[in-house]
Amino acid sequence: MNITRRHLLLLLPAAGVAWKYVLAGTPEAAPNYKLSEHWWGMLIDLPKCIGCGNCVRACQAENDVPDGYFRTWVERYHVSDYDIENPQVDSPEGGKKGFPPAKDGKGKNFFVPKLCNHCAESPCTQVCPVGATFVSQDGVVLVDPKYCLGCRYCVQACPYGCRFINPRTNTAEKCTLCYHRITKGLTTACCENCPTGARQLADLRNPADPIHEFLKTHSVHVLKPSMATRAKVYYNELDGSVR
Amino acid sequence: MNVFKDAGHLFRLAAVFVAGLLIFLVIRGFLVPKSFGQLGHYRANAVAEIAARPIKFAGHENCEGCHADVLDKKKNGKHAGVNCEACHGPQAQHVDDPTSVKPAKLDTAVLCARCHEANAAKPRNFPQVDTEEHSTGLPCDTCHQPHSPVIVAGGAK
Amino acid sequence: MPGVDGFMYPNEIELQWSVLIVLYPFLTGLVAGAFILASLERVFQVEAVKPTYRLALLTALSFLLVAPLPLQLHLGHPERSYEMYLTPHRTSAMAMFGFVYLWYLMAVLLLEIWLDYRRQIVLLSQSSRGWKRAIYSVMTLGSTNISERALAIDEKAGWLITVIGIPSAFLLHGYVGFIFGSIKANPWWSTPLMPVVFIFSAMVSGIALVMLLYMLISWARRQVIDMKCVDTVARYLFYIFVIDFSLEMLDLIHRIYEADESFRSLDFMVHSKLYLSHIVVQIALGTIAPIALLGLTQVAKLSDIARKRIYAAAGCLTLMGIFAMRWNVVIGGQLFSKSFLGYTTYKMGLVAREGLLMAILLTILPFAILWVLVKVLPPWPEASSGSIPDAEPAR
Repeated sequence: MNITRRHLLLLLPAAGVAWKYVLAGTPEAAPNYKLSEHWWGMLIDLPKCIGCGNCVRACQAENDVPDGYFRTWVERYHVSDYDIENPQVDSPEGGKKGFPPAKDGKGKNFFVPKLCNHCAESPCTQVCPVGATFVSQDGVVLVDPKYCLGCRYCVQACPYGCRFINPRTNTAEKCTLCYHRITKGLTTACCENCPTGARQLADLRNPADPIHEFLKTHSVHVLKPSMATRAKVYYNELDGSVR
Repeated sequence: MNVFKDAGHLFRLAAVFVAGLLIFLVIRGFLVPKSFGQLGHYRANAVAEIAARPIKFAGHENCEGCHADVLDKKKNGKHAGVNCEACHGPQAQHVDDPTSVKPAKLDTAVLCARCHEANAAKPRNFPQVDTEEHSTGLPCDTCHQPHSPVIVAGGAK
Repeated sequence: MPGVDGFMYPNEIELQWSVLIVLYPFLTGLVAGAFILASLERVFQVEAVKPTYRLALLTALSFLLVAPLPLQLHLGHPERSYEMYLTPHRTSAMAMFGFVYLWYLMAVLLLEIWLDYRRQIVLLSQSSRGWKRAIYSVMTLGSTNISERALAIDEKAGWLITVIGIPSAFLLHGYVGFIFGSIKANPWWSTPLMPVVFIFSAMVSGIALVMLLYMLISWARRQVIDMKCVDTVARYLFYIFVIDFSLEMLDLIHRIYEADESFRSLDFMVHSKLYLSHIVVQIALGTIAPIALLGLTQVAKLSDIARKRIYAAAGCLTLMGIFAMRWNVVIGGQLFSKSFLGYTTYKMGLVAREGLLMAILLTILPFAILWVLVKVLPPWPEASSGSIPDAEPAR
């Protein structure tokens, strides 16, 4: 379809107005978003991950993540033969600049992106002494930077190592599942920028979401199931060596 | 009664405690944030504040409105599933003000290697090359059109 | 990565809790332990330790006043710490801190000290002049009734406070153990034994401290050390130390035997990064050595001078060992990766807000406060005046 000038004259202002709402970011401008209609999670299709690090870079750009700290990161695993309890793992700068070439092509090698699992029974919100971190009604674990004391108890309590203290604000911080985007119908920055579709945002309460079909037809795991955190980040074909 | 007279100091002490408690309760009434507890044990306003943070990536739907020609080229090629900003970076400001904010020119020699540099941990069937051997340092767009990168026989792009 | 062996999750490399968080349980442990020693006399009628009674209470108070400081210095936003009083999160053990601390300070320690010293305070408010008189007058809360009846009421009230105080002291320090013991994410910390071990090691450290202080202050005041008192204190120290050691060995043996997924990583950590602080300082020098020394005084007939020297040595080694135990729990729990594939290093600053110098300062501060308290509320009758007013209330 050829875009004629007339088309542009019609489309641009409309797009501009709609975009102003999105940029303005005021909650009133997303009036149709009802907390109780959503239950957010993510699907990570491991066979598709190529370790490009786009997600790490995109997250840093979208969320002003300070250098040296990670709201999401990618790990590379090397598993030799049957010794799955001793993988060799590396994550140079969280995978932000990709990975150096793997010298040892033998054995099994793969990438694992990680982020906050937005646990439904989150141990980190359980230990917050003042109520600065919480699970929202739509299933996202968030931190209130105006209320957080910076006691670091939540950082200790997270089994997955996804939390850190932002040195600029001295408060706890972590992946927010791009809450400011998903409440406006956009997807997260990491999912938007993943070139292979290895990361996909999932709304578990939406019956039309493709994750339901995916969960039925694939072998899906969560990280550290023995912690019983009811994590909502689902990994397709997660290897037994992944920690 | 004698007991009360001799325990007077204890009553004074109790009064100090009660006074302290009352002062605490009054101060607490002022200091607890108004929206606290409305949705759970947290400041309900925090949810809206977090949702109101600025957006940096526009999302591919917002690119396709103006750049449908690129979409045409892309949608039948191997990069159909690669969103625009995955290579071009965050462009929300550009969508907001397309004429004054322009995306930077990309260096394909660096950009393409991020995905396509050969690595044992990448899926076997994913297109990957040793860039030194493959292109001897030439930028990738010398031969490949990034929006539809597969080179058809005869060299057509 | 500098300082990292193996693999750590990227956010785990930097330690979250510093030496100040090692210091905090050490200080509250001394508080709880000193109070338990005082309660031995008050509730369990162990007359022999009476000379240490008031000193134990003042020591507990000095350390309790300093205890919140390492926490405040560690917080990212200390100015928001009052939020723990406004909106304490009931599922968080840490939220208890504000209330347990305040309860213990106001309703137990200050109250018990006030009730025991009240007669002396009233007398001093009448006999002293100037600003000292003002201080003592305020402390009397305006009541100058020190009749037999009033003092008898004080005695009963004090006994009741102590009875409440014992579980309160356990709570004050036990909840710290629970803060660590309830973190399922960290296998070095997560055990139901943690609060129990914390409490028993607290008692050991508190009793050792009061014993050392009593001996030191008596020597400074050129007073004869009451050997029956010190012998009794040392005996209790010995018994509780044996229990503490048994509990720690139980934890260790259980870990080694079950060898769950974390075991190999933790075992390697104890033998490498924690070798000096755990095996050498905590276990060998800080536990086995003092138990052996104290045990020796229990089975062999030794002279007063020999026993005093042994008690002093055992006391110092004990305090060092209990500090090492807190170090190994707090710092040790952060040196290994939750992936069990790597280790990091603790880079302790020197002049930083959470550095070594600050820790040393915070350890010295309670002694400075104790010095002031001993001047304001002397634990022993003044030897200077002719007629010595008996500081002990009528029983």
